Amino acid sequence: MSNGTLEIKAISGHTGTVPGRDTSRDYAVAKLIDVTTCIGCKACEVACLEWNGYPFRETTFDNTYQTMPDTAWNYYNLIRFDEHTAEDGTFSWLMRKDGCMHCADPGCLRACPSDGAIVQYANGIVDFQQENCIGCQYCVTGCPFNIPKFNAETKKVHKCTLCSDRVGVGLEPACIKACPTGCLHFGSKDDMKDLAEKRVAQLKEHTSHKNAGVYDPAGVGGTHVMYVLHDIEHPERYGGLPKDPQVPLLVRMWKGPVKWLGNLAMVAGIVGVAAHYVRFGPKEKHED
Amino acid sequence: MTNGWIDIKNTDMMLIMGGNPAENHPCGFKWPIEAKRQRNAKMIVVDPRFTRTAATADMFVQIRAGSDIAFLGGMINYALANGRINKEYVANFTNAPFVVKDDFKLPEEDGVFSGFDAATQVYDKSTWNYQGSGGTGKGLPEKVTSDPSLENPRCVYQLLKKHYSRYTPEMVEKITGIPKEKFLAAADLFTSIRKDGDTKKVATVIYAVGWTQHTFGSQIIRTAAMLQLLMGNVGRAGGGVNALRGHSNIQGATDIAGIFDNLPGYLKVPTPADTDFKAWMTRITPTSSKPGDWESWNYWSNTPKFAVSLLKAMYGDAAKKENDWAFHYLPKVDRNYSWTYLWDGMYNGHVKGLLAFGMNGVMVGPNSGKNIDALKKADWLVVCDIYPDETSEFWKSPGIKPEEMKNIKTEVYRLPGAGFAEKDGTFVNSARWLQWKWVAVPPPGNAKLDHEILARIFLKVRELYQKEGGKFPDPIVNLSWGYTNPQSPSLAEVARELNGKALADIKDATGAELKSGQQLPGFAWLKDDGSTSCGIWIWCGSWTEAGALIQRRGTDDPSGLGAYPNWGWSWPMNRRVLYNRASCDVSGKPWDGSRKQVWWNEAQKKWVGVDVPDFKADSAPKDHMGPFIMNPEGVGRLFAPLAAMAEGPFPEHYEPFESPTVNLLHPKQQNNPVVKKFTSAADKWGTKESGFNVICTTYRLTEHYHYWTKNNPVNVQLVPEPFVELPVELASDLGIKGGDKVKVSSARGIYIAKAMVTHRIKPMQINGEKVYQIGMPIHFGYRGIQEDEGRTERMLVNELTPAVVDPNAYTPEFKGFLVKVEKA
Ligand code: SF4
Ligand code: SF4
Repeated sequence: MSNGTLEIKAISGHTGTVPGRDTSRDYAVAKLIDVTTCIGCKACEVACLEWNGYPFRETTFDNTYQTMPDTAWNYYNLIRFDEHTAEDGTFSWLMRKDGCMHCADPGCLRACPSDGAIVQYANGIVDFQQENCIGCQYCVTGCPFNIPKFNAETKKVHKCTLCSDRVGVGLEPACIKACPTGCLHFGSKDDMKDLAEKRVAQLKEHTSHKNAGVYDPAGVGGTHVMYVLHDIEHPERYGGLPKDPQVPLLVRMWKGPVKWLGNLAMVAGIVGVAAHYVRFGPKEKHED
Repeated sequence: MTNGWIDIKNTDMMLIMGGNPAENHPCGFKWPIEAKRQRNAKMIVVDPRFTRTAATADMFVQIRAGSDIAFLGGMINYALANGRINKEYVANFTNAPFVVKDDFKLPEEDGVFSGFDAATQVYDKSTWNYQGSGGTGKGLPEKVTSDPSLENPRCVYQLLKKHYSRYTPEMVEKITGIPKEKFLAAADLFTSIRKDGDTKKVATVIYAVGWTQHTFGSQIIRTAAMLQLLMGNVGRAGGGVNALRGHSNIQGATDIAGIFDNLPGYLKVPTPADTDFKAWMTRITPTSSKPGDWESWNYWSNTPKFAVSLLKAMYGDAAKKENDWAFHYLPKVDRNYSWTYLWDGMYNGHVKGLLAFGMNGVMVGPNSGKNIDALKKADWLVVCDIYPDETSEFWKSPGIKPEEMKNIKTEVYRLPGAGFAEKDGTFVNSARWLQWKWVAVPPPGNAKLDHEILARIFLKVRELYQKEGGKFPDPIVNLSWGYTNPQSPSLAEVARELNGKALADIKDATGAELKSGQQLPGFAWLKDDGSTSCGIWIWCGSWTEAGALIQRRGTDDPSGLGAYPNWGWSWPMNRRVLYNRASCDVSGKPWDGSRKQVWWNEAQKKWVGVDVPDFKADSAPKDHMGPFIMNPEGVGRLFAPLAAMAEGPFPEHYEPFESPTVNLLHPKQQNNPVVKKFTSAADKWGTKESGFNVICTTYRLTEHYHYWTKNNPVNVQLVPEPFVELPVELASDLGIKGGDKVKVSSARGIYIAKAMVTHRIKPMQINGEKVYQIGMPIHFGYRGIQEDEGRTERMLVNELTPAVVDPNAYTPEFKGFLVKVEKA
């Protein structure tokens, strides 16, 4: 999704200066998802689908309320439903809105070799620019949240844009607008952090959720999508949210010491072993 | 709702039971969430399944479907035993001190109240009355004997206490399957707002069709209302008894008389016994009944003004004093025309045709198989809808063979109506707010506005009567139809007509004047002399000379209570919380100064406030007028006298019509003694002994809207297929895995869909035996995107449900019937 109105901070596969860098005018934004007040209504899923103009895709029943097993190239926003029984027998039904976390240190962008296929705006939004995407899917490997999804037909990768096209003109993301309970919030990262901490303090004091906490993982430099969880000790219960997500080591190296290798490989048209590893493993290949 | 959606944000405590607002009212559910976020309000959810509402609750209690009265009766017992009530409220604002007739008997031994004739299954209700003097002798006494100390053993308070003392935590556990400790924890939490004599806090009760759809549904709601009266929660911001209405305009449909025994504004229809207007008015206009030193406004004493104004709206100049205001044009209802009775009538060949507008009759059930068979016998069927639906294609329902199809002679007409966004008009929401909406897009193709279709049918029928006469043409040919465009009346014109206008120059009690033709400012102006016309008295005041109040969009909320007095218009007279005089103590001072709604202003000698007082504005607290102005007693009814309820003045637990257990309170009286059921060949009942050993309940999903959205790709994408939710333990007993096909059968039909195996429904111990419950969403049928592609079994959940109904509201028992579950 290209966006001409937001200030750019980082560009994938790019050497030289980043236009507009350090002329800071946009403040860092964030989406806060208060999982404790999500009712799994999927209004956000529908809003996302409609704003992005994606058509009907067939789904099948899979013993769950969850719309489909995973997000897809044309389905960025998915509520994950998980049943959980605690040791004392207390039962909970957890619903988490899954989608791109808009990492401050985005593994996808680090991994991407193509100039301008992924950009990070100064406000924190990480956005894929499909016209520059070469379909190598390195970003898939770079992402610790299993977010970028490949469209086999167009050979392009897609993911949540945090509605950069809306935010760029002063609107909130479509999901935020649709959420009926107000469990989704959008604003400056500072404000959202503040709101999240206050909510956590309230949960700890007034409810049985004594382990409530804010999910803003340091391993990826913090995120521009944060969660309030009932139990911060066990993010994995919420549809496998990683406890301590990190940009994969190889991807770090890729963008660091061995970056020249990758660029050379691309230029020469040689897909080296290392690059292949970056591309496919250790993860399973996820295709639509 | 006594209160409103937004008002829920003012509460301290929520009991959500018989409803699943997070899933079925997700937009309104923001207010319970707001109460949690802003006030640290607690939420208790009681349901047979752990729902998406339960996911956000502070406490979830799994209950056996259909045992709600036992649970709520246990709550009443707990509140009374532990002093968790508002004593001043109970003694002054309810009929607790009223003394009941000596020969009234509680159902403690045999499960029936006094006056029951077992042979005819009919109650003589004459003992269900107060002691006192005056009145006709048949109705309520004019002067009621009362004991303000509440100690008289025959007073309502003492009888109530005795009645619910049987609902011990142990009994609740055996009947509902809720472990005693869990029940006590829930009862303690809910009533904790009245701990140590606190009268400031407030609790709300939120329910929907999970309460109404039982053979004793009205009594479940009454039990909750009684609990709320005892705790002093009715009339207060953040309190009340709040029905979440299922469609965007079901409240409007009820108001305007979508029910056969009502006329608009809840006037009771005439019956053949009402030989003239006067007889009808005498029967349906109550006279006040109260202790000598109290006052009762008895607002229904104005019934003749409402009725004459309605007849003037219907018949205009043809309604005159000389012809009894055209009373004789009104149909006299001589039998039950409610939903299941209509279908039974068609099944038995009496009802020959059906106009089905805005509803999918076959899907709606209960006992859809019977209803499909009924349509085969009808002469004609007219369906007006926006999709080809199961009703208009009943003759193609699964199981009908081509040979049989040829023999179905029913003539079917399909009329393309308009969707909600294709017409303007009002929605009346659960909070009784009339809100005008503007048309967004024109109807496509040849589709027509529903009111145009209805108008054109009417005009054609009128033409026939005009031409051919017929038995009794007057009610048709004299109907007032003065719309600018008679073929398609503008809904704004209809809305103005419903509000009503002066037909002559008139004055009100204060001497204010209205010229003939002017819109009425409110129902206080209605007259019984033919000088006013009004289509529905409770909406009078909605479209006045000041304009369309229903179109207002003012977002100012001076009270901070979410009353938004300039947004739309709520009936009656823009009051946002009903019975709000009860938000004050006897002296007229708010129970909680931080949530002031109305109060007595001694200097001005009147009731003032941030809401419109639902009370006689100048009635001083010392006069002790009751806040429940629609009851002839002026007070809330803990005891419902005489004909108010079909099965007794106090709600009693009866088993669902199909139940896996005996009624532990009185094994000889298993079910509601006056339950209504049918006797056709298609009406069959299952028992545990005949293999129907699992309790089944039906419900709706967030992702779908009734039977429409199976035609809409996005909804279908979210939930593509029908399913059956069943407990992990039952699935493993039967060797069923998630996604396997299961066959669910009742005595009436079968249903096949994929299994959703879940921990969200647990097996229960009912009276010492293990009982399973399952649940099924109702949305799928034999027409729709998936159905047409052959991706589902094309079956109807309501083929399973029984046509057995509550004797008050005639609502079928969709929740809690018996089935057999097998691997398909
Ligand atoms: S979640 Fe994945 S796709 Fe989104 S910014 Fe982080 S690394 Fe990139
Ligand atoms: S719209 Fe809000 S409440 Fe509904 S599923 Fe999405 S995040 Fe949850």
